[in-house]
Amino acid sequence: MGIKWNEILITGDPLILGSQIAILLTMIGIVGGITYLKKWKWLWTEWLTTVDHKKIGIMYIISAVLMFFRGGMDGILMRVQTSRPEMEFLNAQHYNEIFTTHGVIMILFMAMPFLIGFMNLVIPLQIGARDVAFPQLNALSFWLFFCGAMLFNLSFVVGGSPDAGWTSYFPLAGKEFSPGIGNNYYAVALQISGIGTLMTGINFIVTILKMRTKGMTLMRMPMFSWTTFITSIIIVASFPILTVALALMTFDRLYGTHFFTLSGGGLDMLWANLFWLWGHPEVYIVALPAFGIFSEVIATFSRKTLYGYKSMVFSIVGIAILSMVVWVHHFYTMGAGPGVNSIFSITTMMIAVPTGVKMFNWLFTMRKGRIKMTTAMLWALAFVPCFVIGGVTGVMLGMGAADYQYHNTLFLVAHFHYVLIPAVVFAVFAGTYYWWPKMFGHMLNEKIGKWHFWLFVIGFNMTFMPMFFLGLDGAVRRSYTYSVESGYAPLFFVSFIGSIILALGFAAFCYNIYWSVRYADRNIPSDPWDARTLEWATASPVQHYNFAKLPEVKSMDAFWYMKKNNEGLTLKKEELEEIHMPSNSGLPFIMCVVFGISGFFLVFEWHIAAAVAAVGIFAGLIIRSFDYNDGFHVHKEEIEQTESAWRNGEGEVNRYVGKR
Amino acid sequence: MDKKMKRYPIGHVVGFLSSLLLTFVAAGIALRTSLSFHTIMLLIGGLALVQAALQLFMFMHVNEGEDRKTQVINIAYGLIVAVIIVAGSIWVMSFGHHH
Ligand code: HEM
Repeated sequence: MGIKWNEILITGDPLILGSQIAILLTMIGIVGGITYLKKWKWLWTEWLTTVDHKKIGIMYIISAVLMFFRGGMDGILMRVQTSRPEMEFLNAQHYNEIFTTHGVIMILFMAMPFLIGFMNLVIPLQIGARDVAFPQLNALSFWLFFCGAMLFNLSFVVGGSPDAGWTSYFPLAGKEFSPGIGNNYYAVALQISGIGTLMTGINFIVTILKMRTKGMTLMRMPMFSWTTFITSIIIVASFPILTVALALMTFDRLYGTHFFTLSGGGLDMLWANLFWLWGHPEVYIVALPAFGIFSEVIATFSRKTLYGYKSMVFSIVGIAILSMVVWVHHFYTMGAGPGVNSIFSITTMMIAVPTGVKMFNWLFTMRKGRIKMTTAMLWALAFVPCFVIGGVTGVMLGMGAADYQYHNTLFLVAHFHYVLIPAVVFAVFAGTYYWWPKMFGHMLNEKIGKWHFWLFVIGFNMTFMPMFFLGLDGAVRRSYTYSVESGYAPLFFVSFIGSIILALGFAAFCYNIYWSVRYADRNIPSDPWDARTLEWATASPVQHYNFAKLPEVKSMDAFWYMKKNNEGLTLKKEELEEIHMPSNSGLPFIMCVVFGISGFFLVFEWHIAAAVAAVGIFAGLIIRSFDYNDGFHVHKEEIEQTESAWRNGEGEVNRYVGKR
Repeated sequence: MDKKMKRYPIGHVVGFLSSLLLTFVAAGIALRTSLSFHTIMLLIGGLALVQAALQLFMFMHVNEGEDRKTQVINIAYGLIVAVIIVAGSIWVMSFGHHH
């Protein structure tokens, strides 16, 4: 259909032109760099085709950090634009595009992948397994997420960004009111990455149910494994709704159907309903694993078993169930009537109960513990008060009648940043400091870490605290400017300064990664934090087969008791056996490329080309169906070599009896 | 290893083809007939249920596996989610504003 070739590349805006040039230069730089260092083969065999859950986890995390950068830049740009009244830095259209991409990227391409990255990295190790249940499917999940993320990011230089908010409410998001292709990007890119997420959910449910090592009963699982398990169940329950809603949106926009349109019998508010039926569980999909990370970090650095383990499990399950029945609180003002609004006000307030239980459990875990103030622990400590602010304002918003006052103001924006940033962002930072040695065999610098921590936390509070008051004074969200007479200027300016401090915090984080990769001590023990769970019972970085001998679990905090009772830490030569591992596969990466091409054509409504490219998808499915590759065996000699290398390392408790 | 080579996956093929057929029949009823709105809704709703059942047996292995408890939990889970989504949406969307 009618593509306007001259409109494909966005032109005329100096900011976008700058980015286009920067992107081009970066790409040339990357390609040139890899060619110069002759790393193509290494890249292909070690990373692009890998099915190793640890490497997939690392790729998720790297992509998420990049997306954080992109989304954070969007955030800063918005703060710059509103730093003074009547600013003319961004125009209204550009501001719309930026808050839309910021919201989508932060939630779907930053928060979720970051946490899924940790799930990949940690879960098989924590439950004593050698990989996830379906390793190749796992790789496909990653590549589909990556494909969706890249397609979405392409929008701002090629064709134009979506601009109807991260919620993309109809009728605004429909063809009538948003005729450009921006919103096609939204529909297609989210669809592709959503498929990947759904498969991740299935994969982790099966992994946790079927692959736990001997003695690892469900009620002995570390808390992060529990939260991952429940999160996966929520993913499987809610992502199909997004799939269907996006498919209907695509039909409306591309093929002229009338599911959500104003005319032709469509029901525009049904989109809001379906979106939040997925969207609210989505909030818990990102919050629960984050709670799991805090549970691990707090238990480790308080040097105590998690307080109230059972009540923790019950409250996660409770949160999961309630998360499915609160969605209407996102659109009380739609006018569903007092009956509906009252019921959903009650369910919404009920969710505060299990969440409160968890809060107290963390506090009681710390009580009388010998707390070690590592950077990871600092994030967990800061999480508690900040998240409580988010939670309490959430209960305020949750009351249907009161929400008519707060709705659509910056009060709401402050609330959800106070929930998402302490829960998700603090958690992934805590997780990064905590698990970094597991990934790379060296620590992140604690001193730079403290800079990162203080800058980020102070900046965060300074950015978002003023927004509560702006919102109460009536400043609306998604508004690109305000007048001098409104009197908002001082608080907006504080918020702007805050966002700069916050950005400096993020810069400190990046510098920390750079510094540590170059200079950090490589000679660290495999268990540098004196931790409690099984991922620390093996080498750091982890050898590709995870465990030479699968550990046997006798109690909660398995590794802690193994260390205490000196059981199962050593390995005898006779115990070694060949290990069966899955082979690498290039198919997931190829599927990513094919999905990307087909999706791109679909965005531009070039249907025939999209259909032709989609043949590749089916070809991939068929090839996979007839793939009888059964993996390979790791030989005893290799295992022995690897094991004695790390077990006899300097700084390591000597755990290899066979050698002595 | 040769076990999986032996049996042609006849169940899957039949399931797939009949799912396609049911879908086309539903589309045909909705687009090509002049039945009343309610009859059409009833018919395609019925066909949807048939297809869901078919898929449960052909692809989701409800009749396999030794452990009944899991199957019961799975089906209960599916039903609860479906009720929340479908009944919940109808309830929420039909309150207050009438076209
Ligand atoms: C890095 C620091 C961040 C800054 C400076 C920032 C700033 C902002 C600003 C200024 C807005 C728009 C306010 C308006 O309506 O005019 C916004 C919206 C939003 N932010 Fe952030 N944010 C940050 C991090 C995050 C994170 C980590 C998440 C999620 C995990 C997030 C999710 C969202 C969402 C969903 C919206 C709503 C977008 C929409 O209105 O469609 N933000 N943010």
